[in-house]
Amino acid sequence: MTKYTSVSIPLTLHKRLETIISKKTGFKSVSDYVTYVLREVVAMHELKEVPEPFTSTDLEEIKKRLQALGYL
Amino acid sequence: MASAPHGGRLVQVPQTTPDSPALAGFGESQRLMVTKETATTVANIANGVFSPLEGFMSEGDYLNVLEHMRLESDVPWTIPVLLPVPEDRTFSGGEEILLVDEGSRPVALMHCEGSFGISRQEYANKVFGTEDRAHPGAARALDGSSRAVCGRLKTVVRPDYGEYADHTLTPQETRVLFSEKGWDTVVAFQTRNAPHINHEYLQKSALALVDGLFINPVLGKKKAGDFKDQVILAGYKEILANYYPRASVVLSVLHYEMQYAGPKEAVMHAIMRKNFGCTHIIIGRDHAGVGSFYGPYAAQEIFKEFPDLGISPLFFREFYYCRRCAGIASEKTCPHKEEDRLNFSGTKLRKMFSEGETPPKEFMRPEVAQAILRFKQPFVE
Repeated sequence: MTKYTSVSIPLTLHKRLETIISKKTGFKSVSDYVTYVLREVVAMHELKEVPEPFTSTDLEEIKKRLQALGYL
Repeated sequence: MASAPHGGRLVQVPQTTPDSPALAGFGESQRLMVTKETATTVANIANGVFSPLEGFMSEGDYLNVLEHMRLESDVPWTIPVLLPVPEDRTFSGGEEILLVDEGSRPVALMHCEGSFGISRQEYANKVFGTEDRAHPGAARALDGSSRAVCGRLKTVVRPDYGEYADHTLTPQETRVLFSEKGWDTVVAFQTRNAPHINHEYLQKSALALVDGLFINPVLGKKKAGDFKDQVILAGYKEILANYYPRASVVLSVLHYEMQYAGPKEAVMHAIMRKNFGCTHIIIGRDHAGVGSFYGPYAAQEIFKEFPDLGISPLFFREFYYCRRCAGIASEKTCPHKEEDRLNFSGTKLRKMFSEGETPPKEFMRPEVAQAILRFKQPFVE
């Protein structure tokens, strides 16, 4: 099951976030809000680091099949 | 650029033939018979449709998915992928299990990592939001086994898609295809239906925003009253041949058992299409729903929970022909009343086709209707 840890942020930022989430954003806590935002940021970074899921040999074989089936 | 695979890696389990020596010599206690639907899940894991899963879920992933809609690794995931086993069978961690089909033919070799108990009621409530047996997914869960084994697939027998083989593409293949076509953005359309005019408008509205459209009908076990697989494919072939720009559209089928889990299934549909390389997915009214178990737009709301999904949903209201607008309209663009809309219930449509009638062209393209009429019994009984 999911485990949690603490991350320190400036108290002033915490207060600003509390103000934001109090305006019916749907978030229950600052932790929920921060988790949401960080997941968005992490996903953007992960997108840039993914290699192609096939080798050049795979690629030629795949193209041949796609051509044979009329997709290419 | 295509979407990155879910969880960062497109899983590829080595494939083999049924007579491979690696699959021989397993005694009765090491063999586990699986249903056709589980064999389909095995194939989907093996070719990366369910990336990043490399096998059937552990208890940790299972509980995390039920509670948080995420794998233990924090990757979004909304419906457990389990390998149920008869309650009197025991398997230990470290053991190798040969999965066989109902004809005792090998399906896959799995490295067992243990087994665990499942509360069927909890599963039904958390996945489907109900224990009502009128819900086909909940009924199946409640009648299912309360034990599952987990483990990584070591090798799988290359799946035989029979008459659909030429229309079945793997995520590796679609990724190459999209790249060769020069598509940077691709929108997926999930369907379990023969195409109506409203689907066509939905797809074409989405296509106007991206480079390519990936129509990916689901073939496999469905509920009574749904169109049969052959009918869905025949309908799509007709509509594509007559009404779609060939360069911008790809049709390929997905072998998968519908769960009818509404919002949670909508997210799974998005994850699978992300693995195929799609950057967007169309989510319409009552996506993956059944009866009135889910709100009409609940499947759109749930996407707010996943800022890190990695595929963008395109939300649409329902399209229909409006007699007063004298054209195709949607709930968002048309001010008229429901009685002005041309619509047919599933029951009415089934009656119409069984009596050899075709719906009006404002509801369904005549070529599609004719293709459906070529089947004696177009609906699942």
